[in-house]
Amino acid sequence: MSTSPVEPVENVLEQPVDSKYVFRSKKGLNEDIIKEISSRKQEPSWMLEKRLASYEIFKKKPIPKWGPDLSALNFDEIIFYIRPEDYKSMKWEDVPDAIKKTYDALGIPEAEKKYLAGLVAQYESEAVYTNLKKAWDSKGVIFTDMDSAVKEHPGLVKEYFMTKCVPAADNKFSALHGAVWSGGSFVYVPKGVKVDIPLQTYFRMNTKSSGQFEHTLIIVEPGAEVHYIEGCTAPRYSISSLHSAVVEIFVKEGARARYTTIQNWSTDVYNLNTKRSIVYENGIMEWVGGSMGSGVTMLYPASILRGRGARAEHLNIAFAGKGQYKDTGAKVILAAPDTSASIISKSISKDGGKSVYRGLVRIGSNATGAKAHVECQSLMLDDKSSVDTIPIIEQFTPQSSVGHEATVGKIDEEQLFYLMSRGISRDDAVALVVRGFIEPIAKELPMGYAVELNRLIQLEMKGA
Amino acid sequence: MSLLEIKNLHVEIEGKKIIKGLDLTINPFEVHALMGPNGSGKSTLSYTIMGHPKYKVTDGDILYNGESIINLGVDERARKGIFLGFQYPMEVSGVSVENFLRTAVEAKEQKDVPILAFHKALNKRVEAMSIPRSFLDRYLNEGFSGGEKKRNEILQMAVLLPKFAVLDEIDSGLDIDALRLVSEGINKLIREDRLSLLLITHYQRILDYIKPQFVHIMVDGKVVKSGGYELAQQLDKMGYEWVKEE
Ligand SMILES: Nc1ncnc2c1ncn2[C@@H]1O[C@H](COP(=O)(O)OP(=O)(O)OP(=O)(O)O)[C@@H](O)[C@H]1O
Ligand SMILES: [Mg+2]
Repeated sequence: MSTSPVEPVENVLEQPVDSKYVFRSKKGLNEDIIKEISSRKQEPSWMLEKRLASYEIFKKKPIPKWGPDLSALNFDEIIFYIRPEDYKSMKWEDVPDAIKKTYDALGIPEAEKKYLAGLVAQYESEAVYTNLKKAWDSKGVIFTDMDSAVKEHPGLVKEYFMTKCVPAADNKFSALHGAVWSGGSFVYVPKGVKVDIPLQTYFRMNTKSSGQFEHTLIIVEPGAEVHYIEGCTAPRYSISSLHSAVVEIFVKEGARARYTTIQNWSTDVYNLNTKRSIVYENGIMEWVGGSMGSGVTMLYPASILRGRGARAEHLNIAFAGKGQYKDTGAKVILAAPDTSASIISKSISKDGGKSVYRGLVRIGSNATGAKAHVECQSLMLDDKSSVDTIPIIEQFTPQSSVGHEATVGKIDEEQLFYLMSRGISRDDAVALVVRGFIEPIAKELPMGYAVELNRLIQLEMKGA
Repeated sequence: MSLLEIKNLHVEIEGKKIIKGLDLTINPFEVHALMGPNGSGKSTLSYTIMGHPKYKVTDGDILYNGESIINLGVDERARKGIFLGFQYPMEVSGVSVENFLRTAVEAKEQKDVPILAFHKALNKRVEAMSIPRSFLDRYLNEGFSGGEKKRNEILQMAVLLPKFAVLDEIDSGLDIDALRLVSEGINKLIREDRLSLLLITHYQRILDYIKPQFVHIMVDGKVVKSGGYELAQQLDKMGYEWVKEE
């Protein structure tokens, strides 16, 4: 990935930025705050109406009871919107030091950092700099921040934004998201266009109790291809914070989309997301995710395979350390003939961390010839930690097949003995086994991200 | 001073007595063969020398360069130059042979090893051992044939250059050509790197390639007979019944 052709950063990131806040919303949520967010963003009225309608739904919806305990989540204590002053784009020199330091801490090589900077990034709830390669421009590819998309591409946004993929009414948090969403990315790839360099964003969040509600909308027209990468790291805070993103991906006929994310929120963050794609005939959707950090995470990327021959691949790795609860998995609805899905989910638990695989595979009554395969592997590094597997399989046609394998295990002492017999210390041997465990997923990541994931896991292993 | 001195060793596993008063002395640059019927405790001895936590030393001692090692950790023993070629090498998924070897060399040298330089040196090494390069990218022992696993053990030994190695049935599962290659590899280490060896085997054949100065026969947790190379030849003809009867 470091060898990818990237424009010099200086050319693409212009105009310096002063990231002092001019506006900081109060804690808690009410209609006035939502109106203020909307007017601050100078949004068209239809978006404000959508926000207010979502807010009504949010108030009525109960907090989900079936997963992790969310009772400590206090909506009155959360700041729902922050924006840096006059954000636009910036030069590499203007990339905040904290971000640069995080890159350093993650051991991201120099070339890689520049690459990461050639992107749409989110700083304090909003995209502060944007790089859209000219080549993509000329092909009609749109890659911009979501706020701009509302103004510049209202037709597309009206049609696809929280309508048929993730409507506000989907769940309590998608409703909240609809009311206060801010920032995120908009990607549109026209028919037949193959974007060969991954589109990347880098999200950060560093204000106490600031909710992050970025929205990602990706539309891949027939025969087109795109790889979208999103990663987050965050400094530590002491006050509970909420992150509730929505990702909507449309994979049209014969198109292909890959969505890669590594999330590493600080451990006091509630990370409650809704990510979903609709896949049409012969389309391919691939989800690759690494879930680090956060206090409580609920994340089940979903693929709705709507057209014949559509395919979904879900690869997920979750790390649950001290005080962490990872409730993650995948949902695939096979709603057409000859659709297929593969889910590989891995979890590592340590120091009392809890990880749960929660998965749903539903094969509809007309999905003849559908195939699904689910593989869950959990690795427990000590006796204090726990894992659970809740795989739900619903098969409404007998002319389909579903395979499920689950393995839960402690780290193998014989393996450690073998590695240690070559002089490797116990800690390093454990780290090696863990790296090997995540390798099938790490190898699907672009190099910088694989390095980052390995670094993050090593930091976690040291109990950082 | 002896390199390895095992004195009146008693070993239990899960409360079961396996080694029952074993004595064995190996001097620097000697090659010893250890033979004995199935279940006599040969692998138990090798695990105990390496320090497997399940194998409890209840009496006796193991001295290495004159110092007791029975309270040392597995990795410490390895870093002192002890190596065990496993009868059944473990598989570690997702960890490439190369990555693993670099980690091991880093552990031994207690410093970072440059990736590129290591890569080059390792490639030379496998070439010299007639091992295909693709070996290095494969996950450690995963999906390896029995013979490939054994060759991988020798590769590890050639990279780590121990002073003393126990090779537990390194010859089992090897085809005729592989046996020759592996033996040549071991002989080179004996010759050039002054490796001392305890070679556990059931078969005379490997001893034709790697000539031991001493042959020991282990029965029921004890060395019951020791001799020179001719003892192995005798065993090959007469089996273990003859020793047991004596
Ligand atoms: N982990 C264990 N648990 C229980 N018994 C064990 C264990 N390991 C070894 N033993 C027992 O100890 C005895 C000696 O086994 P060991 O593997 O040392 O024999 P060996 O001489 O290497 O045999 P072989 O020639 O078949 O390799 C056997 O009876 C075996 O069943
Ligand atoms: Mg044995």
